[in-house]
Amino acid sequence: MAQIKLSNLRHSYMPTPKGPEDYALKEIDVTWRDGGAYALLGPSGCGKSTLLNIISGLLTPSEGQILFDGQDVTALPPDQRNIAQVFQFPVIYDTMTVGENLAFPLKNRGVDTATIERRVSEIAEMLDVTNMLNTRASGLSPDNKQKISMGRGLVRDDVNAVMFDEPLTVIDPHLKWKLRSKLKELHQRVKATMIYVTHDQTEALTFADEVVVMQEGEVVQIGTPVELFERPQHTFVGHFIGSPGMNVLPCEAKGDRALFEGHEVILEGPTHGDGGRTDLGIRPEYVGFGDTGIPAQVTKVSDIGRHYVVSAMVGNTALKAVTEHSVPEPGSQVFLQFKPEQSRVYRDGWIATEERAL
Amino acid sequence: MRTENQKAWFFVLPVLALVAFNALVPMMTVVNYSVQETFGNNQFFWEGLGWFEQILRSDRFQAALGRQFLFTFLILLIEVPLGIIVALSMPRKGFWVPVCLVLMALPMLIPWNVVGSMWNIFTLPKIGLMGYFLNDVLGINYDMTQQPISAWVTVIVMDVWHWTSLVVLLCYAGLVSIPDAYYQAAKIDGASPWSVFRYIQLPKMKTVLTIAVLLRFMDSFNIYTEPFVLTGGGPGNSTTLLSIDLVKIALGQFDLGPAAAMSLIYFAITLLVSWVFYTLMTKDDAQ
Amino acid sequence: MKKRSLIPILYIAFLMLPIYWLVAMSFKTTNEILSGFSLFPQTFTLENYITIFTDPTWYWGYINSIIYVTINTVLSVCVALPAAYAFSRYRFLGDKQLFFWLLTNRMAPAAVFALPFFQLYSSIHLFDTYLAVALAHTLFNVPLAVWILEGFMRGIPKELDETAYVDGYSFPRFFVTIFLPNIKAGVGVAAFFCFMFSWVEMLLAKTLTAVEAKPIAAVMTRTASSAGYELGLLAAAGTLTIIPGAIVIWFVRNYIARGFAMGRV
Repeated sequence: MAQIKLSNLRHSYMPTPKGPEDYALKEIDVTWRDGGAYALLGPSGCGKSTLLNIISGLLTPSEGQILFDGQDVTALPPDQRNIAQVFQFPVIYDTMTVGENLAFPLKNRGVDTATIERRVSEIAEMLDVTNMLNTRASGLSPDNKQKISMGRGLVRDDVNAVMFDEPLTVIDPHLKWKLRSKLKELHQRVKATMIYVTHDQTEALTFADEVVVMQEGEVVQIGTPVELFERPQHTFVGHFIGSPGMNVLPCEAKGDRALFEGHEVILEGPTHGDGGRTDLGIRPEYVGFGDTGIPAQVTKVSDIGRHYVVSAMVGNTALKAVTEHSVPEPGSQVFLQFKPEQSRVYRDGWIATEERAL
Repeated sequence: MRTENQKAWFFVLPVLALVAFNALVPMMTVVNYSVQETFGNNQFFWEGLGWFEQILRSDRFQAALGRQFLFTFLILLIEVPLGIIVALSMPRKGFWVPVCLVLMALPMLIPWNVVGSMWNIFTLPKIGLMGYFLNDVLGINYDMTQQPISAWVTVIVMDVWHWTSLVVLLCYAGLVSIPDAYYQAAKIDGASPWSVFRYIQLPKMKTVLTIAVLLRFMDSFNIYTEPFVLTGGGPGNSTTLLSIDLVKIALGQFDLGPAAAMSLIYFAITLLVSWVFYTLMTKDDAQ
Repeated sequence: MKKRSLIPILYIAFLMLPIYWLVAMSFKTTNEILSGFSLFPQTFTLENYITIFTDPTWYWGYINSIIYVTINTVLSVCVALPAAYAFSRYRFLGDKQLFFWLLTNRMAPAAVFALPFFQLYSSIHLFDTYLAVALAHTLFNVPLAVWILEGFMRGIPKELDETAYVDGYSFPRFFVTIFLPNIKAGVGVAAFFCFMFSWVEMLLAKTLTAVEAKPIAAVMTRTASSAGYELGLLAAAGTLTIIPGAIVIWFVRNYIARGFAMGRV
């Protein structure tokens, strides 16, 4: 178990990177608490797998350091870092039984037979695979195979961290939640630092204590699921997390007011900086209907079960609102009200309003 | 999932007609000859299974069969491990991959009699590179036309030269199909290079290796042209493999009856061993 | 890394040595060859090649070989395509047995068939024609082509066929305009193997021809026996037989590994 610190990490797949666009990872500085559950969230190609492989030692970063409990491990090969990794596709040794698969990492490290047996049966019990210990691993279903790959990581009691690289990709939807809760349970039992890479917000938000959102090789925000939802630091986070994502509306900003399609909107606090592309960001959950406010025309109403998503046009800009009752008719004129403490201005994507002190 | 459809036979019909024409008619001719005796003039007499008995009991056939098995056994013993080793040490990607593949496949695209001639020229004492090197540089007494040992070594080295690449290419195809994650997982699990081979690479190569062994068995067991051009079966009968002996009897002595009986026995043995491989292979597929 | 690449380098060197020797010999004069050992041609001569390109019996050998190999390749692939489709898509009475029987023909020793083939093709008056050799070679090439193509076709999901039928394609149109482009690589690999085995096979080709369709191999054996040791000429003829194979292999180099695995890995 260890604290993981990434310091000034940069990586490029090219031998001589020229500009920042040649870097798959740009300047990463993160510290992860010992025993925490973290998720790396971002769309495909954002660099999250690269980051994972750097932590596990399968890749050596172009620049920067990786520290486990303050000790520099940047130059160590994977087997000396005491980490475990679960891959997108289950990796099992076909010719071995489930038991032999679980024992393999211990055997390679010369652990004595008694300890191996004890650890394997413990892990098998945790994963509910005790009854399969003597079957050939090649015949198992994908979810059981994936469990075995996890088990191979957990069987060593000295692992610094367990990493998951989109581990639920090949699992049937109805088994996904089962495996996910199993993971959560395992995390509570073994208390290892776990890092979970995914492009699925539900997986990330349900698994992790803290989520690292990445885009184009950069960390855009680190925060708890609530923080990411309530106060996105970047329009990307606002848009990527939440369903539907945050409304990002072109506007002009001055002081603690924004001018959107000619209507004044009160913001959560004063804006700073100026110039650049200026947007107003507000989550659909915080757009309400009233007798006064910003006039809009409803274009579409979709019933998505727990609530309704209303699409509307304000001037030439489309936006969405979420409501549970008082549903307007498509085509009708309504007045929208933006919740001031949830209305923020973003300049070139980054947040540019200050939180009003309470 | 494949669907049941008897009309599929129409798709297979052209293949069936072509192969049946080529396989069945000659096969019937062979069966016909194998049970008859002829003294020329197209007069035939019923002979029953006499030829089969005679062939199976003859020292000549047994000796040829023994040589054939020894040859095939040695070929597999050398080519399969060598092929695996070369495939394992080949680069996985990059500029050199196609270059390696093309160069390695080249021997297989040379007409078989040219392979024989090439090795003949290569091994001639005084004139050939290998013959000169062994005799005049290393001082080993090497003459394929005089010593059976030299002839055997040459025939085997020639086949290794000719066909090891088949094993290499098949194994290589198996190796490149292994996802990177397997190697990464093995690294993390602390597996030794031997464990990686034993538990990842070998199991993944199993199917292609079976195909390789099957093909190498069939082709080495049926080999004719290359050793015939190289040694003509000599010195003496030392490199007279089954096919060479068969052609000698059939076309040389025109003993049609015994030649036909021998053909059928020969074919039956090839078929039997291949069938064992085939069942092993499909059994594994079903799992 | 360096140590590991030594093995393929040594192996390729071993493969290239006899080929180098053949090529080197082809540029030597008969005198030089018989007078003793020389690593490189001392008096570089093109005479052997000139002989081959000016003597019709020589160059017609090549043309004959190329003609029957081409006929065989086209024929084998064309009949194998529908059969492979049937094996990859449908179950039918006796399919497994038929498939195995086809493969057994790949196992038949050519020596077994040499004499019956001679009699068969003589009796239907095809002896000494291109068609005879091309047809005879289908015995082992058609099963091989079916096997390879079936492997590739099995990799194409059945949904492709179903979508095409839903879109109103007739079977022939679907097969030619949609299915074939999808298994291009497979067709290439199958054709390559048919070419290869037809090009290298000599026993049947020699048995089934006399004058008109005589393959280059038969011409070479005649030289070796009648004119004594015309090694330079023999080496030049041999060198020339390597070239078509080398050209063909260069075209399929990216599919080679996959083709050898019959698309079954």
